[in-house]
Amino acid sequence: MPTMTYRQAVTEAIATEMRKDDSIVFFGEDVAKAGGVFKVTPGIYEEFGPLRVRDTPISEQAIIGAALGAAITGLRPVAELMFADFIPVAMDQIVNQVAKYRFMSGGQFTVPLTIRASQGAGGGFGTQHSQCAESWLMNFPGLKVVAPSTPADMYGLLRAAIRDDDPVIVLEHKSLYNLVGEVDLNAAPEALGTAEVIRRGEDITLVATQQMLHRALEAADKLAEEGIKPEVIDLRTLVPLDGATILRSVQRTSRLIIVEEAPRLGGWGASVAALVADEGLFYLDAPIKRVNMENALIAYSPVLEDEIIPNAQKIEKAVRQLLS
Amino acid sequence: MVKIRLAEEEIQNLFMANLVRGTTHLAIGQEACAAGVALALSKGDTVTCTYRGHGHALALGMSLRSLMAEMMGKESGACKGRGGSMHMTDKSIGLLGANAIVGAQLPIAMGAALTAQVKRAGAIAVTFFGDGAANIGLFHESMNMASVWKLPLLFICENNLYGEYSHIRETTPIDDIADRAAAYAMPGLIVDGQDVEAVYAATESAARRARNGEGPTLLELKTYRYGGHSRADTGPYRKPGELAQWQERDPIDILTARMFADGELDQEEFLEIKDAMAQEVFDAVEWAKAEPFPSLQSLDDFVYASGRRPCLR
Ligand SMILES: Cc1ncc(C[n+]2csc(CCOP(=O)(O)OP(=O)(O)O)c2C)c(N)n1
Ligand SMILES: [Mg+2]
Repeated sequence: MPTMTYRQAVTEAIATEMRKDDSIVFFGEDVAKAGGVFKVTPGIYEEFGPLRVRDTPISEQAIIGAALGAAITGLRPVAELMFADFIPVAMDQIVNQVAKYRFMSGGQFTVPLTIRASQGAGGGFGTQHSQCAESWLMNFPGLKVVAPSTPADMYGLLRAAIRDDDPVIVLEHKSLYNLVGEVDLNAAPEALGTAEVIRRGEDITLVATQQMLHRALEAADKLAEEGIKPEVIDLRTLVPLDGATILRSVQRTSRLIIVEEAPRLGGWGASVAALVADEGLFYLDAPIKRVNMENALIAYSPVLEDEIIPNAQKIEKAVRQLLS
Repeated sequence: MVKIRLAEEEIQNLFMANLVRGTTHLAIGQEACAAGVALALSKGDTVTCTYRGHGHALALGMSLRSLMAEMMGKESGACKGRGGSMHMTDKSIGLLGANAIVGAQLPIAMGAALTAQVKRAGAIAVTFFGDGAANIGLFHESMNMASVWKLPLLFICENNLYGEYSHIRETTPIDDIADRAAAYAMPGLIVDGQDVEAVYAATESAARRARNGEGPTLLELKTYRYGGHSRADTGPYRKPGELAQWQERDPIDILTARMFADGELDQEEFLEIKDAMAQEVFDAVEWAKAEPFPSLQSLDDFVYASGRRPCLR
């Protein structure tokens, strides 16, 4: 199996699908000739040409609106919004148009549209370029939200998103772009909506995504040295949310910690906690705990940014507390 | 135009009778805009429009039954009762949707024009919007992007002088929206929106230009809505005499007067046409009234194509 970076997995996924399906077009700001600000899409323009791969003006609303119009008339667009922090600029198009178009038309249209954006803290980008966007987008039926954590998942889930007949927002964590992993280029694309148990364990369930997943795994390694065996679940898609996998795990471990990079209030972790409280309360031997960024903003200064994002030590501490 | 007017008068009655819910936005007085543009389009062309869109839908050929059933939230409506007045959509006639967010329909038509360009289909896209929408960011983003990409797209501004209850003079520093075309290097033409033949001619030549790969055009149709903005608004903010002045240039009268003078139509024939259309509207309304509402089991329908629920357990 070839190894590649998370960044290359994005390029490979787009190119693979574009080779198979002429109706896929790809556009965004500086994605074509320059290959993207994070150099995530080099070579796509050269391979597929200016009709299908385009640099756009700096017009986030128009990018999404155009992608929607193209999606309902026979193309399968992949649109990039660069930083997920720019999603709010295009929020009306995403939540009032893209999410509702199929519904408002009574099913006359499907919206096979993929929106990509890079998100997350840890890079010193400051408060307007470091947020996680998934929780903002979960309250809009009609959208699907994907957050891949590994090169293999980036390749598989992005391909699945492009093939999906519903609008899918794929959030790439920018701290993971250099992560290297094995990718099965011939794997059959899956349907969106399944979480994965990344590490088996019996003492406690840790649910996380992206950067926090890797920190949870780091914490699990540490805890294993003390004989504590956490089970670690990667959600992979936030919508649809795979509640069944979480409930099954909590049924075995009786304890749940949700690790989330974004602020606590209104975060996806609250929905996961509510789901388990609703349907799995009697599996639990301890309260559900959430390890989050506090309800504060991400500073530029490295010491402040590092302090606010959950790390392996904070996760370990929460696990020990819950088991004691 | 006659059909649109009669249908909209009936829609207002249905709204007053509480058979149409929420709100309605009528385009009585503006019929020549919808009719003239629609006449110049071909099969395969696509349109987005505003919540003031019953006229656009009918001009494009939407069935009265399908429209009236949708107005009443019935399962046999074009959008199966999920859309309603402000989201009238009919794929079969190229109507990609009316939109209730001011200006949001512009880039959607631009995307349809992109599809036409990528597939080299020879089709064009059209987007209708109001004078008020010309102050929304998306107007500018869409005009710019469409021009840069030379998309086959017509921007049709129906300038009826008001955005809700505010006169254009209070919200916009220029009288002619067409002036803004210059900023995006595309032609911007002012057209008499009360004269259906003028609207047709202008659209036809802009459409030809778009089909030839020469890019988008902005047409500003000067027009006027006789009614208020929506619901029961009577337009108390209008200058006295303004409505009467515009009614002297009624789009239906302008066309029929010309046809009478040319001997293409006589009064009697016109009344026959009108009666037949009134009957058609009446039949559609009666039919729609008797149609069933959507079943309560269908609440989840049309949210996801894949049919999956957002939370799997
Ligand atoms: C983004 C947004 N802002 C405000 C409104 C409320 N609103 C509905 S119609 C309207 C006036 C629009 O005027 P214009 O574009 O001239 O179209 P007209 O109604 O005259 O056809 C406003 C402000 C809205 N629906 N969407
Ligand atoms: Mg207006």
